[in-house]
Amino acid sequence: MLEARALTKRYPGVTALSEVDFSVGPGEVVALIGENGAGKSTLIKLFGGLVQPDGGEILWNGKPIQITSVGVATQLGIGVIHQELSNLTNLDVAGNVFLGREPRKFGFLVDRKLMIQHTEEYLRPLGLDLSPVTPLSELSIARQQMVEIAKALSLEAKILIMDEPTSSLTSGETAHLLKLIDDLRSRGVGIVYVSHRLDEVKAIADRAIAFRDGKNAGALSKEELTTENMVRLMVGRDIQRQSSRGFVATESRLVVNGLRTKRFPNREISFTVGKGEIVGIAGLVGAGRSEVAQAIFGVDERVGGTVELDGVALPSGSPKAAIERGLYLAPEDRRKEGLITAMTIRENVTLPGMARYSTIGLIRSKKESEISVSMRERLRIKAPSIESQVSGLSGGNQQKVVLAKWLSLNPKVLVFDEPTRGIDIGARAEIYDLMRSLAAEGVAILMISSDMEEVLGLSDRVVVMHEGSLSGVLPRDAATEEAIMHLAVGSA
Amino acid sequence: MRPLKKRSCTWRWGVLKKFGKELGVFVLLVVLCTVVDVLNHRFLGIQNLQNMGRLVGMYGIFGIGAAMVIITSGIDLTVGSMLALLGILLSIAMMEKHWPSPLAALAILVGGGALGAIHGFLITKVKLQPFIVTLCGLLLYRGLSQFVAKDETKGFGDSTALGWLYTASSGDILGVPVPFLILIVVAIVFGVVLHYSVFGRYLYAVGRNEEAARYSGIDTKKVIAGAYVIAGFLTALAAILIAVDTGSISPSSHGNSYELYGIAAAVLGGCSLKGGEGSIIGVLLGTALLQVLQNLVTLLGIPSSLNFAVLGAVILIGVTIDQLVHQRSGSKR
Repeated sequence: MLEARALTKRYPGVTALSEVDFSVGPGEVVALIGENGAGKSTLIKLFGGLVQPDGGEILWNGKPIQITSVGVATQLGIGVIHQELSNLTNLDVAGNVFLGREPRKFGFLVDRKLMIQHTEEYLRPLGLDLSPVTPLSELSIARQQMVEIAKALSLEAKILIMDEPTSSLTSGETAHLLKLIDDLRSRGVGIVYVSHRLDEVKAIADRAIAFRDGKNAGALSKEELTTENMVRLMVGRDIQRQSSRGFVATESRLVVNGLRTKRFPNREISFTVGKGEIVGIAGLVGAGRSEVAQAIFGVDERVGGTVELDGVALPSGSPKAAIERGLYLAPEDRRKEGLITAMTIRENVTLPGMARYSTIGLIRSKKESEISVSMRERLRIKAPSIESQVSGLSGGNQQKVVLAKWLSLNPKVLVFDEPTRGIDIGARAEIYDLMRSLAAEGVAILMISSDMEEVLGLSDRVVVMHEGSLSGVLPRDAATEEAIMHLAVGSA
Repeated sequence: MRPLKKRSCTWRWGVLKKFGKELGVFVLLVVLCTVVDVLNHRFLGIQNLQNMGRLVGMYGIFGIGAAMVIITSGIDLTVGSMLALLGILLSIAMMEKHWPSPLAALAILVGGGALGAIHGFLITKVKLQPFIVTLCGLLLYRGLSQFVAKDETKGFGDSTALGWLYTASSGDILGVPVPFLILIVVAIVFGVVLHYSVFGRYLYAVGRNEEAARYSGIDTKKVIAGAYVIAGFLTALAAILIAVDTGSISPSSHGNSYELYGIAAAVLGGCSLKGGEGSIIGVLLGTALLQVLQNLVTLLGIPSSLNFAVLGAVILIGVTIDQLVHQRSGSKR
């Protein structure tokens, strides 16, 4: 019914999808599996009309079509339940289901009665014991998701695409959702089920299609759906591994003990990073890795646990204290958290170390310029001058400015959250070199990455997280893509 | 030869980009002054200039305070009510409690700063929105003024007997109104603070991207609260000068809507309500422009009832042109 043929989507610097094929028919549940960044989300966006393909075609009932907008997708009967729910929590259930197409009286008044009546009709077959006038804010995430599904059905969706629908559900809620999916299947709805949870895929899918690096990596029939097979398809990539540095840390620099974060307040995580060691944190999106980084750096309060740097505890919730002690974070969202893009390179580089470039509170602009110029040369930041605005730089150069901020302060511990996301290959290699040379100088490096190649290529040890907990620590030689993947999906 | 030319061109562009808004206001100011003077020669007369200078001085002082807050992407609506409350308290302290004038003035300055600190606390620690906190302040201080003054107009009796306070507010030095001189000093001090100090850099950083500032280890709450303390202090300074200069403070109308003059001056001078933009020189030019506009209404025989309409129209035209220029220069690059 819905089919993709040789579909290609390119973004500046990366090919997100390269000639992939995919199909789903009525009354069928097709699982789409793959690692972070394999291209699953891109395919969903293409089907949902959010982005346009650069090559290949999408077929609907065998005929090529252009899904030029979300409206077109809806009209065709493609419903997408996004991972991040797009509900309006200030409206009630009926208001959400009929958002933007409210039945009207006299052309401008909302016909609440009709709206509520219709909403009930959509909720009933879902087995949802729910009043249409309940404010959405009072519902659990699971129920909000059901409302999204009801909305899609009210739009007469023939194909329902679900992106990680169970990522924030409890096991009971998950069971309910899976039952509902089963129900929808028997009613002839085609379902694309995107999930990292291979157990669910095994339980519900009729077949699975795996993506890897934006390409088709294989397909599995119902009988072939085993964790082994799925992991094999998702990984199994040729990774050029650098020969091991054979580095074993002798001295712990960063000790994280019993750390609990706001997102997973009941899960504890403990690990260490040695002097001169690079520790990678692998895991799937949503495993709580960034939250760990933020709690260590102090931009988030810790719910519990301790963080020690060279044997001295760091206070919770104070990035200032962390910076004074030499622990820095290069955050995932560079433009929002790492940089003030409306400021110049100079102003960004010196921002955290202002005290060093000032006397009695007044900025010594000469010193400020000197350090900025030297950092720009050291990191080879490509910009006309240190007075260039950061907003005009490429992703790689922006990341270098973030690093310049911290390198100018002589780091002891550097935490990287997705150090090379959205960065071209050339700048990527430079950043890797830099990380290695920093480690060689004794800096402890903690690197969160969803890029397997990066994790395997750089880490001396790999910490794997699964849903807020540490699911394993792998020394370099044991860290293979499959071993990491097994720990990341929680199947080991 | 070619790269050199290109370089000087980008340099000029850089300056134009940096001071474009200020330059625009300056040109507008000069044009307006010329036109008004041609139409009415009294405009550039000594008396009129002194008058305007005094007003620019007083308005500019709290205008700078307003700008500091706006740069952090906040707003301070309390100015007008604070002018009334602090003016009345000054009168009571001096005329009824017979405090010595330096002590009374100092108390008012400290009081203004303290009110600003309370605003800052409510905004950063209790996490209320600046608009709401200062809107409540606007109502609260106005009501308190009326209560404290028992709805009577307060004054300073024979104001010439106030000595230095009178000189500071209504006096001249070498023909220059003293409030204008005070503004120059305030502008230099806060110009240095804003453009050359670490605190000033933090103010811009917080206004542009509070999150990233926090990730750089800046105590963003302290910085924002600091801006409100400065605003409160400068408002108190202006309150003393305006109270003494007017000589009579009617609790219900004194300083009414002056906060809007401060905000308008800051915005005309290049501040963005989104925060992170603006300069002291811009505020000075903005304040001067507002005064010239008010003056123009009187001098050109425009009905004074149109006073506010003229202000509104000019500010609207100003920000519209600025926005259009901005969009065009943005699309070019």
